[in-house]
Amino acid sequence: MKTSILVEKLGANVVCGKEHLETKEIEYAFASDLMSDVLTINAKNILLITGMANIQTIRTAEMADIHTIVLVRNKKATPEMIELAMQNDMIIAESSNSMFKTSGILYNMGLKPVY
Amino acid sequence: MTAMQLKFHIEGGNFTKAGFASSEVKKYLRKINISNETIKRIVIAMYEAEVNVVAHAYEGEILVNIDSKKVDISVIDKGPGIEDIELAMKEGFSTASQKVREMGFGAGMGLSNIKRNANEFIIKSQPGEGTSLNIIVYLNNVN
Repeated sequence: MKTSILVEKLGANVVCGKEHLETKEIEYAFASDLMSDVLTINAKNILLITGMANIQTIRTAEMADIHTIVLVRNKKATPEMIELAMQNDMIIAESSNSMFKTSGILYNMGLKPVY
Repeated sequence: MTAMQLKFHIEGGNFTKAGFASSEVKKYLRKINISNETIKRIVIAMYEAEVNVVAHAYEGEILVNIDSKKVDISVIDKGPGIEDIELAMKEGFSTASQKVREMGFGAGMGLSNIKRNANEFIIKSQPGEGTSLNIIVYLNNVN
């Protein structure tokens, strides 16, 4: 599914990577604040839903080949996060919704769980 | 492919820089002919080890040797070391500080995740002095 359709449905504010919205495809989603768990998942084209907004969120996504991150609970991306995300051609979208609501919307749209 | 060595110094406690070395290795591996799946295994294992040095040690060195058959990563730190390696390898066991947990780590998953991604994994530690890891990933699925 195109990332542009997903973020539009979420009403999320894209703060970085707008130029990739039409090209990046998403098949799976994973919701976690624990980066240790994110590093154990094994799937392609994953969207990460997280309330953890720091530079290691982006590093973790970089290592795990995750190109789209939705920050929930009104967490904001820092300038350092945006800079690193841009270097890695990532999309960051900010949402004021909870992790549960965000997950529910994306699940209803057909994104698959990693397990 | 000619053999290549990359070397990094890691600062303990500096979470701003944690992952820089793994990121550099990922960029290098992308330039040579290795599958994305294998690159992911290598950099996840290295990143877990790099975060461990930042989270637990005073400082460390990472040496990455790349040849046509394997990527061999040595992570050697000066730090408190590990008293009971068998216990440290158990998923869920962690001695991480609150600060480390606030960064999204310290869940006691790192060492087992390194082992899962590596073809060979050796961990040695001298309590009071430091810990050394050797992580090897084979490149048998070179494109």
